[in-house]
Amino acid sequence: MSTDTLICATAGSVDDGKSTLIGRLLYDARALLRDQLAHIEEASQRRGFSRTELALVTDGLRAEREQGITIDAAWRYFATPKRRFVLADTPGHVQYTRNMITGASQADVAIVLIDAERGLTEQTRRHLAITALLRVPLVFAVVNKMDRVGFKQERFDELVSEAQAHLSRLPWATTVKYLPVCALDGDNVVERSTRMSWYDGPALLEELETAEPAPVELGAGVLAVQWVIRPQREDYASFRGLAGRVVSGTLAVGDEVVIAPSGLRSRIARIDRHVGAESTPAASRGASVIVSLADDIDASRGTYVIARPELPAELAIRRRLTVEVCWMNASPAVRGKKIWVKHQSRRVVAQIAAVTHKLDVVSGKAESADTLVQNDLGTLELVLGDDIPATAYITDRALGSVLLVDPTDGETVGAAMLVDP
Amino acid sequence: MLPHLSRLEDEAIYILREACAEREKPALLFSGGKDSIVLLRIAEKAFRPARFPFPLLHVDTGHNFDEVIEFRDRRAAELGERLIVARVQDSIDRGTVRDETGPRASRNRLQSTTLLEAVAEHELDVLFGGARRDEDRARAKERIVSVRDELGQWNPSAQRPELWQVLNLHIRRGQHLRVFPISNWTELDVWQYIAAEQLALPSIYFSHRREVFERDRMLYGVTAAMRPTEKEPVFEESVRFRTVGDSTCTGAVRSTAKTIDEVIEEIIASDITERGATRADDKFSEAAMEDRKREGYF
Repeated sequence: MSTDTLICATAGSVDDGKSTLIGRLLYDARALLRDQLAHIEEASQRRGFSRTELALVTDGLRAEREQGITIDAAWRYFATPKRRFVLADTPGHVQYTRNMITGASQADVAIVLIDAERGLTEQTRRHLAITALLRVPLVFAVVNKMDRVGFKQERFDELVSEAQAHLSRLPWATTVKYLPVCALDGDNVVERSTRMSWYDGPALLEELETAEPAPVELGAGVLAVQWVIRPQREDYASFRGLAGRVVSGTLAVGDEVVIAPSGLRSRIARIDRHVGAESTPAASRGASVIVSLADDIDASRGTYVIARPELPAELAIRRRLTVEVCWMNASPAVRGKKIWVKHQSRRVVAQIAAVTHKLDVVSGKAESADTLVQNDLGTLELVLGDDIPATAYITDRALGSVLLVDPTDGETVGAAMLVDP
Repeated sequence: MLPHLSRLEDEAIYILREACAEREKPALLFSGGKDSIVLLRIAEKAFRPARFPFPLLHVDTGHNFDEVIEFRDRRAAELGERLIVARVQDSIDRGTVRDETGPRASRNRLQSTTLLEAVAEHELDVLFGGARRDEDRARAKERIVSVRDELGQWNPSAQRPELWQVLNLHIRRGQHLRVFPISNWTELDVWQYIAAEQLALPSIYFSHRREVFERDRMLYGVTAAMRPTEKEPVFEESVRFRTVGDSTCTGAVRSTAKTIDEVIEEIIASDITERGATRADDKFSEAAMEDRKREGYF
């Protein structure tokens, strides 16, 4: 997918200065408009702050203003002459981990804050672990409040080593870049700092403008069928369009295809973005299209059109999944629990066959466990009531991830990533 | 089309199809405003050559601009889709809400009740809306799929996680969903899309001469429902509207932009947000939008 727009998720512990960093980024990139600035100035005065508190940019909810914390993810949009950005600002509190995962699961890059004075807290370790677990392609570990430690390189180096040691103990590999920053004054946010001559890297915004995170995708063209268009009109009497989204690779007119999980075969006769207006020779990951096949074969919602003559070996039909999961519901994950598994547009019933491990986010150790409670990271075995064509999450972020939904109330209880069996 | 517009369109189409496939009775909120006009184009791309799997729904305060209402009816007829109009006046007549009085009376807040009455009457379980996260601080925090309880309330501190691009559209009996396919669009994206798709808009989005008066440092058009007080002199001005809500709370901006391209130029040059410039309804308190959303406002 093109990265003309970069999606960035931010995470940090309470008081790490994450909101200040975002405020500074938006302010120095001139992405705040006059009425937004006036609002922040007015709110700063009302609350008796001596200077304009840029952090107030991200406060959206009444409860957040009352408690002075971030509860939920907030999305901000801004652009520089080089690129467009979506900032998903996610909360630091452990009880809002689900909201951090919301931001991180969709992100091209993550920005994780480390307080230079306080060092790595349990929360910081959790945030680094979650970005690694979710395979966010590129992570910027921003060591903030460098002014509080006299802008000293030794302190920065010490924290970098500590973070690296933590990440090396985790079972997942990640690409992390480290930056020393003072968000309050803007050092290394948009402008390079003049107070840390020992750091010769670019400022955060420059990094974001030039980052090219590699997509994690299988390669074979895969359309997840959402909806079958069968118009009740004479001029389209024989029309049968498979409407859906390309979730991996590229599909092209003329491609031989196999339908999963049925194994039926056909060929792509036509691809439309808008029937009646335009037709397109090919469609790549992210595109919402309508595919017409050469043969009238059964392919309904929840099936996959795969642009290969045979099902690729990496995309196996599965009835059992081993998944790494972040459990997000107050009702715990236990053996025997019935759930729905949603894989793209396919939903199947499932049962937790076993809870096997729980990860200690501080030590990075996997411990055997039989229960996962809210905000735990761990490993589950799932048995499925129907087939799913799936691959490991490290091979393809879309085809290797599933939502776990509680059928009793419809709530999303887990974010799960397939492990290679 | 610009690549980022294609990407936003892809996402919006995906969201519409997913919600229609998973739920029984959706409706698309169509006001005749630019955001819902964009939604209708997205729906065409998602479902044509078949009919839309939902009706259009408009909550009419009775104080909307005539040009917009005319446009609404014409567009629905062109598309050949069913339009349900839920009237605030009917709620007032039933006694479920009371009309405000005085020079600052507005039916804006009353819409929430009428909307929920329409949800109940037509047994709707999904409402598609054209709200965008760049509009307001509370909207910036709302999910694409937002669960509303029996009273239509939004509970911002208990929102569902939204993971990857996989949507969970399940609800319990009594709940319904608000689904926002263009959550990630900005005002500029909407206008660039309108330009790329050559979408028709109500005339009041473009510069025209209009009788206006100034209140709270904003310009308001004089309509049957929006009368100046004696201390508010009426004058003629070249204006356009950046949003087209109820006329009692939608301000105009001074403008000479007569075409879509000229509007885009003005937006790029503007140093004030869309709602900051034109919506009195967000100004009551620091948390005005959040409070209205909690009680079921769109």
